[in-house]
Amino acid sequence: MPRMLYAEAVVEVLRRSVEGDDRVHLMGQYFLGLTPHRTMVGDLYRQYPDRVYFPPIAELGYVGAGIGAAIAGLRPIVDCATASFTFQAFAQILNEAANIHYMSGGQTSVPMVIHYNHGVRGGGAAQHSHSPQAMMWNTPGLEIVTPSNPADLIGLVLTAVASDNPTIWVDHVRLFDIEGEVPENIEPIPFGRASIPREGTDLTIFASSWMVRRSLEASELLASEGISVEVVDPRTLVPLDEEAILRSVAKTGRLLVVDECHLRCGVGAEIAATVAEHAYGDLLAPIRRLATLDVPVPFSPPLEQYVEPTTAKILAAARSVTGVQSGA
Amino acid sequence: MLPDLEPEALVVLLERMIVARRFEEELIELAGDRDIGHFHVYIGQESTGIPALSLLEQGDLSFTNHRNHGHLIARGAEPGPMYAEILGRATGYCRGKGGTLHLASAEHGFPTTSSVTSGCIPLAVGAGLGLQRLGSDRVSVCLVGDGALEEGAWHESANIAAMERLPVVFLCENNSLEALGQRAGEYPSSTMAASDLTELASVFGIESVAIDGLDTRAAHQTMTEAVHRARSGGGPTFIEARTVRWPGNRPIWPELATGKTDLSMAWDASLIRPEHAIWHREQDGLLGFVRELLDSGCVTSDAALGLDKRATERVREGLAFALDSPYPEPEEALEHVFAPRGD
Amino acid sequence: MTKTIRYIDAISSVLRQELERDDDVFILGEDVSYGGPFGATAGLSASFGPTRVIDTPISEGAVMGLAVGAALSGRRPIVEVMFADFVTLAMDQLVNHAAKIRYMTDGQLSVPMTIRVQGGVGGGFGAQHSQSLEAWFLHVPGLKVVAPSSVKDAAGLLVAAIRDDDPVVYLEHRGLYWTKGLGASDETPTPIGTAAVVRSGSDVTVVAVSRMVGVAVSAAEKLAEDDIDVEVLDLRSVAPIDWATIDESVRRTRRLVVVHEAVVTGGLGAELVAGVHATAFEALISPAVRVGAPSTPVPASPFLECLYAPDTDDVIAAVLETLHER
Repeated sequence: MPRMLYAEAVVEVLRRSVEGDDRVHLMGQYFLGLTPHRTMVGDLYRQYPDRVYFPPIAELGYVGAGIGAAIAGLRPIVDCATASFTFQAFAQILNEAANIHYMSGGQTSVPMVIHYNHGVRGGGAAQHSHSPQAMMWNTPGLEIVTPSNPADLIGLVLTAVASDNPTIWVDHVRLFDIEGEVPENIEPIPFGRASIPREGTDLTIFASSWMVRRSLEASELLASEGISVEVVDPRTLVPLDEEAILRSVAKTGRLLVVDECHLRCGVGAEIAATVAEHAYGDLLAPIRRLATLDVPVPFSPPLEQYVEPTTAKILAAARSVTGVQSGA
Repeated sequence: MLPDLEPEALVVLLERMIVARRFEEELIELAGDRDIGHFHVYIGQESTGIPALSLLEQGDLSFTNHRNHGHLIARGAEPGPMYAEILGRATGYCRGKGGTLHLASAEHGFPTTSSVTSGCIPLAVGAGLGLQRLGSDRVSVCLVGDGALEEGAWHESANIAAMERLPVVFLCENNSLEALGQRAGEYPSSTMAASDLTELASVFGIESVAIDGLDTRAAHQTMTEAVHRARSGGGPTFIEARTVRWPGNRPIWPELATGKTDLSMAWDASLIRPEHAIWHREQDGLLGFVRELLDSGCVTSDAALGLDKRATERVREGLAFALDSPYPEPEEALEHVFAPRGD
Repeated sequence: MTKTIRYIDAISSVLRQELERDDDVFILGEDVSYGGPFGATAGLSASFGPTRVIDTPISEGAVMGLAVGAALSGRRPIVEVMFADFVTLAMDQLVNHAAKIRYMTDGQLSVPMTIRVQGGVGGGFGAQHSQSLEAWFLHVPGLKVVAPSSVKDAAGLLVAAIRDDDPVVYLEHRGLYWTKGLGASDETPTPIGTAAVVRSGSDVTVVAVSRMVGVAVSAAEKLAEDDIDVEVLDLRSVAPIDWATIDESVRRTRRLVVVHEAVVTGGLGAELVAGVHATAFEALISPAVRVGAPSTPVPASPFLECLYAPDTDDVIAAVLETLHER
């Protein structure tokens, strides 16, 4: 099977989407942020100049324009670059795109994809390190995809582009250098189906996006300590594969949620509450949440690492939930 | 002055203007009898919106705002399902999900209605972008009041529309002459530093024109030109219609301050009472339109009354239809969050 | 001296009191000199003039930002956001600036501002004028968030918010504006970060916020007829959360129900259930239950709206659920 960088997969799925449907247009140009990979997007844009729109620095205006264009019949993929900039466009994303199908009683759909790069990226500090997906989850009407590897990325975004709903495509710049196998004839991946990238029996770790990579890394180390971890990657937060989580917790009896959103009312809160409500009888230990601490993200590297969910913190939390006192 | 149209077409405009007026009057009366919640009326702006929007064609899109009832009627929406939506009934255009604030009818070119001031501006500009990229000759019409230009969304979107020469017509119905927030003697309202709203568009190189909101000919003519410009790739146009705020148009709860409109006032000035005399004599665009039609010989007073009777009946039948309609099934509250999934 | 006043009068009277007490306090918002849409600022312009009660253009983002700037210059702005949903237009200034400036400058600067936000379901206002967004604000470090349910706390929390040296989001439910209670002539602060036990009980803890406190109390009263003894906590402060009071109550009752009007998914209830579960896991003898709105936008039809917002029966059902094995 061919291997591909995550960043290459981003360009690949954009290319496939543009080539596969004349209605797909790309709005915005920072799908790969300011990373060195960004030139690949430039190449794609040069190849399809009529299918690209470079907006002014006006997130409210151009994300809203993407919504309007979707209403008129395009299937835009709109890039907000850094997640923090979505706050400029909240009125259009959360009050218009999310509501339109419902408010119109099903008359009007908004077939668009909104892309952003979330999370702690190293030096992003307070205004460029956000993970707003939990807030978007709290607003009904948006689908949310959170890929964690190149193959899932392509499969999920193909589904998102084909979807008649507004879909938030959550990326992380730290994923761009991840390499993974991508099947030659990759198919769209249906929404609402979690993947289990690692099976185990002692502890379930729920993680999405970049945190899947860290959780898998930690699981490998924990295996050497005799702790068998199962990792559940939801792949889409909306719709959520609740069954997969509950099934895993029924097997392991323990849950650690690793989430890069802030702790309070983050993705972890919703997952923990769902499991507490529906799998109470299966739990052998309290659910543990690991998330970005509830302070703005600081700039200095040691401070940044102190607030984000690191592999070391996952190890410590996993040992604590499973009752193992310390590392080998 | 009258629009440059055949007499038959002018009569159609008159009937729609009457329907729009009676629609709101019946609604205000209904609100006096029962709590139907918060709503805004279009009274006083018919002479702008009806001639301007009636000339749009199938496939043209309109993005309106909280003061939307007259806009829908201008494009042929029916009073029955409109009332039903306002009353939250299952037969409403949005099956009760939207209400007055989000009244939308896709078949009449209103795909969604945002009731957030300026919410519709990026959407309308985006629809223009979509239509342009799809190679369509359809246009997108953005319907706003003066207040929407106070938002950043206007400036971001006007820039985009101008840069891409999008097929968008901005029709701004400025009704702030006596609006809340306005300081004495200033026009438009004092919450805008610009003294001329058209400059807020012309600074981007957008063709801009201000018209008298009572001048049906100006509304029809400028809109015709703007739509032609948009269809032929000439880019966006901004039209500011300076309308008079109807005395009953209080900020939150409208009331029939000038009474139910008596069309006879158009030809019999003795019916006009001192209170609100200026409104009835000079500021009511509907009465003004009737006077012009009489002067031109397009209609007789009897014909006008006949049209009024028919329009009023149509509106009342619509209201009766809505009141007789069932509420949606409660479980429908959970439907239509998402479009059906393909997989 | 106390007298019976309405919730909205409590807000008005505190605004007047604080404008009188501190020259740095001023109000800005759309149509505030006319009292705003519900009359909370009525009469203040006449007393304090246009430099203290400032009408702004319809420019939520800019207004939020200029309040941040004014706060940085040492004043104490009170921003009125006409409907909670309009905060979406000001999120960047609120999240990226108001909430973060103290932290980003390592405490060199503070942002003492109050953001009064009117919201909630009721009146058929539809999807864009009815949302409860407290979960968003709770998710933003650097914001304090309060949501009074009573006349007394409407006053006390507003005093506390205005005098606080950090940005405080003060959530007003329009369904409470015309409810009545005892108000004082000289209002004193209700400490931010403290919940209140509004009804003591021993069987189940119900934590409620804003308008849902009254709903929870009426559910508790009905359940009392069947000898079910419900303790109702009024969260009052959404951020920070008074975990000590909740923990103490849950350890006694060993059962938890959380009630809010906002959407359940990703809502405040998720945080409360997750938090209690983490700290009082061994004390709970049945699964916690969340009561809130379904995962849909708010429908406009008054008929559908009634179904959408939680009511007494929903709370009763949840309490009974915690009392029975599943």
